[in-house]
Amino acid sequence: MSEETTQLILPKHEDLVVSSSPHIQVKDSVSAIMLKVVAAMIPAMAAGIYYFGISALWVILLCSIFCVGAEILWCLIAKKNVWATIRDCSALVTGILLALNLSASTPWWVCLIGAFLAIWLGKQIFGGIGYNPFNPALVARVGLLIALPGLMTTWVPTRQMVNDIRTTACAEEMQISSQFISNDDAKIIAAEDSKIDAVTCATPLGVVSTTPKNSELFSIANNFKAIDNCKANKEYFLGNIGGCLGETSSLALLIGGILLLCWRLINWRIPVFFIGTVFVITGAINYFYPGVTPSPIFHVVTGGLMLGAFFMATDMVTSPMTNSGAIVFAIGCGIITSAIRIWGNYPEGVSFSILFMNALVPFIDKFCTRRVFGAVKTAKKA
Amino acid sequence: MSDKNYTTGTFSGGIHPDYDGKDLSCNSVIRIAPLYEKYEVALQQNIGKAPKLIVAVGDEVKKGQKIAEADGFVSVPLHSPTSGVVEAITQIPGPMGVPVNAVVIKSDMKDEWGELPEVLDWRETDAATLKARIADAGIVGMGGAAFPSAVKLSPPPEKKITALVINGAECEPYLTADHRLMLEAPERVLTGAAIMGKILGVENIYIGVELNKRDAIDMLLAHAEKYNIKIVGLKVQYPQGAEKQLIYAVTDRKVPAGGLPMDAGVVVQNTATCAAVADAVIEGKPLIDRVTTITGEAVKNPSNWRLKIGTPIREAIKLAGGTTDDVRKVILGGPMMGFAQKSLDVTIQKNSSGILIFPEKKITQYQSSACIRCGRCLQGCPMKLNPALLGRLIENEKFDLALKNNVMDCMECGSCAFICPAHRPLVQHMRRAKAEIRNMKK
Repeated sequence: MSEETTQLILPKHEDLVVSSSPHIQVKDSVSAIMLKVVAAMIPAMAAGIYYFGISALWVILLCSIFCVGAEILWCLIAKKNVWATIRDCSALVTGILLALNLSASTPWWVCLIGAFLAIWLGKQIFGGIGYNPFNPALVARVGLLIALPGLMTTWVPTRQMVNDIRTTACAEEMQISSQFISNDDAKIIAAEDSKIDAVTCATPLGVVSTTPKNSELFSIANNFKAIDNCKANKEYFLGNIGGCLGETSSLALLIGGILLLCWRLINWRIPVFFIGTVFVITGAINYFYPGVTPSPIFHVVTGGLMLGAFFMATDMVTSPMTNSGAIVFAIGCGIITSAIRIWGNYPEGVSFSILFMNALVPFIDKFCTRRVFGAVKTAKKA
Repeated sequence: MSDKNYTTGTFSGGIHPDYDGKDLSCNSVIRIAPLYEKYEVALQQNIGKAPKLIVAVGDEVKKGQKIAEADGFVSVPLHSPTSGVVEAITQIPGPMGVPVNAVVIKSDMKDEWGELPEVLDWRETDAATLKARIADAGIVGMGGAAFPSAVKLSPPPEKKITALVINGAECEPYLTADHRLMLEAPERVLTGAAIMGKILGVENIYIGVELNKRDAIDMLLAHAEKYNIKIVGLKVQYPQGAEKQLIYAVTDRKVPAGGLPMDAGVVVQNTATCAAVADAVIEGKPLIDRVTTITGEAVKNPSNWRLKIGTPIREAIKLAGGTTDDVRKVILGGPMMGFAQKSLDVTIQKNSSGILIFPEKKITQYQSSACIRCGRCLQGCPMKLNPALLGRLIENEKFDLALKNNVMDCMECGSCAFICPAHRPLVQHMRRAKAEIRNMKK
């Protein structure tokens, strides 16, 4: 039979693959998603390195290497396939996110502890990627914050702030920077004493938090005016402010966030409703009780809100999957963040709010379901 | 371009591949396949009961002669695709991987028509006669599920049907058979639609066509007026041609979950079915052939052919010039819902809209990994299910919870599995759960 057919090529039985439909699939993959997230973090990393110098780069590199290393080590101990696990690049994302949450002055051993907290405690102990209830980088950040409160709240000023102090020999004409750098440090900088190890500064939110609450409302409002004004907020937006190396520049984070949105990697509802809620709550408090908290613009451009709203709360694994769930989740994050910032002892509440809402995701998923196409409201049959 | 004297519509959700492969065969004019010496007609080609065989080995048959007759309401007769002798009644490989009973007809190479029923003027004929003719011609839904058309045209009296929707979406990538049919035989499609509209007694007849077939839309528009049929342009989005999605896109009605189109007052029929109905009524010809797209990157000449039911896919592939030497997959149907074949002895059935042949480079065998909850399957699911959740539940054999989460509403369109970056076998999970739940109910 087959001899009489011409030179036609026909599929050979043994060559044919049989598999279930669909027979075509998108070329996308988990590692491609993760690498895109890394790409979206480049502006924030670049801003960190620009403002804090080469030490920021070291922290980023160390955290990335330690996180990937921690994952490899876990695989070796747990006898899991190393390549299959690290191939998804999620450890790299966690590493960079962790670095963005640390000060540029963070010593290497803190990075190491953070990496193990993130990868082991934050992710692998739950079964690896996809199964972790909490954002691994935030687990590490909060773990370090509780274990090493001093280190984790010691911030270095940006290079520009240091220059400001140098050029302004006398502290008469106040620059923004001088609000956050203590007099002692300013003197050291002005004297250009090279023997010192580090110069520290406060974050705007830190200043707000430590403002004595018992002083008269009027004076507190005045106090805010020095750090919460148009010019200062512009500096915060650009990133010329102390803090974590990744959270300083709202502009860079915004660029990254827009990239994530364009690549459809995050649900726009999470950042919009998170930031929106913080804006509305702090705005309302600021309007009705001036002096309790600075302006909503100040709240949006300072601290970790941008970083949290675009890069941490939107983590696919630990945020709700439905659109309605995403809104509930984001509003919850916004409320907790505002509450901690306004009334809490900690200057910053973004990390705590996201972790708390992470814990609620299973419940949000349970209640914020979608209605099936064509669902009819009928009396439930027993 | 067209004057845009048609409305447009779509559904929410769905997917669309970057490359839909339609360009391979969309310009190939439908050709009639030459006679082949032996046709193997599968006995059961439709949902419902298999027809009762009325010929025996050795019998002479003519083209169009009935070889099996309907056995019950949801059953359709089968006709000989050519003239010749019944050589055997045997088992052949079936498209679903299980052997099927088939009538083997050895062709006498004359292809002589037998006695055909009288030609009907459909405008003058009553609905019952028209419906009987459709049933007698063995017509089933030629788009996918092969449900007997006459049964679809007999809704229970309490269901008031107010619209007939003709499915010309052809949303499956690569396939162009319906496209060519609408382009080359718009009058047949429209006549068939009008006949079925008359049977149902409906005023509103719509043909939904995806907007990547504007030439077909223009062609239909040129003729549609005299049949009082409305054309609806549909967004190019898979699965636009899925019954419930199509009804929503065209008429804005939602079929209740778990319900049938008639619950929304709609009957849906495929374009190829329309053409077959027109043939049966105005020419008296039963359904013995169909247009099938033979395409894919591994086919020498992707093309559209009018193939007789019972043609082995081996012969069909020969018609398209054979394959390249790196061929790895033969799919009966489209890439999203078609069935991969191991045997080329599988024969063309009434619902075989395409033979898709992929080379090595199109074969994707991914290692699936854990769900990262990206939510893309939720965006893609046209039924608004949560495939990620269902996948996890089914992996853990929580079928009762899967049932609660509406797994039975899944139509296995494959959008979730298509879009999943972790390449999770979501369709297999759904199929498994549906089978388990059906078993539990028994």
